Amino acid sequence: MLDNKQNSEALSEFADKLEIEGRSLWQDARMRFMRNRAAMVSLGILVFITLLVAFGSHLSEFAFDDTDWGAMHHAPSIESGHYFGTDSLGRDMFVRTLLGGQISLLVGVMGAFVAVLIGTLYGATSGFLGGTVDRVMMRLLEILYGIPFMFFVILLVTFFGRNIFLVFVAIGAVSWLDMARIVRGQTLSLKNKEFIEAAEVCGVSKWKIITRHIVPNVLGIVAVYATLLVPQMILTESFLSFLGLGVQEPMTSWGALLQDGSQTMEIAIWQLLYPAAFMVVTLFSFNYVGDGLRDALDPKDR
Amino acid sequence: MSDKALLLDVVDLKVYFKIKNNKGLPWAPAATLKAVDGVSLKLYQGETLGVVGESGCGKSTFARAVIGLVPAEAGKVVWLGQDLTKLPHKELREKRKEIQMIFQDPLASLNPRMTVGDIIAEPLQTFYPKLSKAEVKQQVKEMMTKVGLLPNVINRYPHEFSGGQCQRIGIARALILKPKMIICDEPVSALDVSIQAQVVNLLKELQAEMGLSLIFIAHDLSVVKHISDRVLVMYLGNAVELGTSKALFDKPTHPYTKALMSAVPIPDPDLERNKTIDLLEGDLPSPISPPSGCVFRTRCPIATEQCAQLKPQLEGTSDHSVSCIHTAV
Repeated sequence: MLDNKQNSEALSEFADKLEIEGRSLWQDARMRFMRNRAAMVSLGILVFITLLVAFGSHLSEFAFDDTDWGAMHHAPSIESGHYFGTDSLGRDMFVRTLLGGQISLLVGVMGAFVAVLIGTLYGATSGFLGGTVDRVMMRLLEILYGIPFMFFVILLVTFFGRNIFLVFVAIGAVSWLDMARIVRGQTLSLKNKEFIEAAEVCGVSKWKIITRHIVPNVLGIVAVYATLLVPQMILTESFLSFLGLGVQEPMTSWGALLQDGSQTMEIAIWQLLYPAAFMVVTLFSFNYVGDGLRDALDPKDR
Repeated sequence: MSDKALLLDVVDLKVYFKIKNNKGLPWAPAATLKAVDGVSLKLYQGETLGVVGESGCGKSTFARAVIGLVPAEAGKVVWLGQDLTKLPHKELREKRKEIQMIFQDPLASLNPRMTVGDIIAEPLQTFYPKLSKAEVKQQVKEMMTKVGLLPNVINRYPHEFSGGQCQRIGIARALILKPKMIICDEPVSALDVSIQAQVVNLLKELQAEMGLSLIFIAHDLSVVKHISDRVLVMYLGNAVELGTSKALFDKPTHPYTKALMSAVPIPDPDLERNKTIDLLEGDLPSPISPPSGCVFRTRCPIATEQCAQLKPQLEGTSDHSVSCIHTAV
């Protein structure tokens, strides 16, 4: 009996000492995201496609620029080793689709990364400093908005020749504008929150306020926008490649493959279908993941 | 009161804001909003000064100007012999060790991405960066116990707490540097009545324990009466009456204070039913173009022509003073 009492006392004492781990907003968001089935499936598909694109070419005996003279416009078949068939020059479509995926995903992710980096810094600076600095920076942004995108790209291409890095530059230079506006708006609304004022009263320096209080609170929206930016980048790259302004042969991207495929779609539909399918699935997945993230991080849900 | 040490001496503090007219041309002159127009007061150690007045009368702006969050247009804020309005930014930051603030919205004043422990520790880490993590944690836990929070919730996040608990966190953050004065900007107006009592009593206890001075801003007169030693009544950026809590509540002198007092509910249904409320006519005038002379004259029941010409000043004893040319203490 006495033992029992001692035990329970010790237990309650232990319980008092135990520190309860709180769930942060990030953990909450992750749990909400995990419960979103469409987003989780899409994330799985994206991981699968990324792995396939990165390492899948080892599954085939062909290289991306090998021409199989005996098998031009060869329909997809397992026996010949051309799982997705071949194109008009006898190159293996499976390997080329994966290679195109590498380029497209790279452009997408890199472009989005560049846009997020420049946009976040520009927007946060503009919003936090405010006043004349803000006004000048925003007018500059509006001027950049006014430059026609296609005109800008064609100009770059005529000056410097066709180059995949130019595509990066062109896409990145244009897409950070939206990001900067979004981050600036967020910063402006955060700047007047009471907890920023409280931090100021506590003597926290301006730089610490930006890094400890503003940036973590903006990150959610940045993450959402970044995932939605990737498919947009891929589409833009495809568009450029479709017009013949993107990657150079024998390198390829999904957009370039679509362009080739569209010319032969009456006789060899697989040359269009496989890259198109990959691209559509990837874009869908990115959008679903972005939507899932947005729902998970939505403050209204709390 | 004079036997106690003088902490804060505000002299003729003015806070003006420039209001830009968006419809006008960019170079059109901006209008001036006189949020606080010449308020003076003294605060002694261990004392609580209540500030009351209707919404938009400049209570919060006054508090923010005292702590230096908004720049003062004119006047002095003398803290222990040093004028805070003239101090460079760096030295002003040092003074934040001694003056702290509690905010109106408990949840909005806490960063949603930081744990309670981090929030309370932030002032400590800012001013004493050499403290070890264990020491900081120890102090934070002590402070949490003091304000009535269980120390084992140190790793939780603000959204997991109720409004009252959040306000306790805010109080802990303000107290951790052991300040001499705390400005409470309507700390209880966002809370339920029962929680209000808890928080107000907590503030009273802590004040007695740590010898704090409080500037307590509220628009709830019963709360102010409960906690304050002296009360300042503000109207449209001006001080209209200042006096000890007892003198002011027993014998309100200024017509505006009278009207305010008559609106306080009496906890006796018979008395409450039969009392008359001196309703003020009209709305609060715009602080962009306040009335000439006495700012209250447009709504004052006893206003005369003289009131438009003379701007009254606070006059009376140190226990009770009023700014009105028709009434005297």
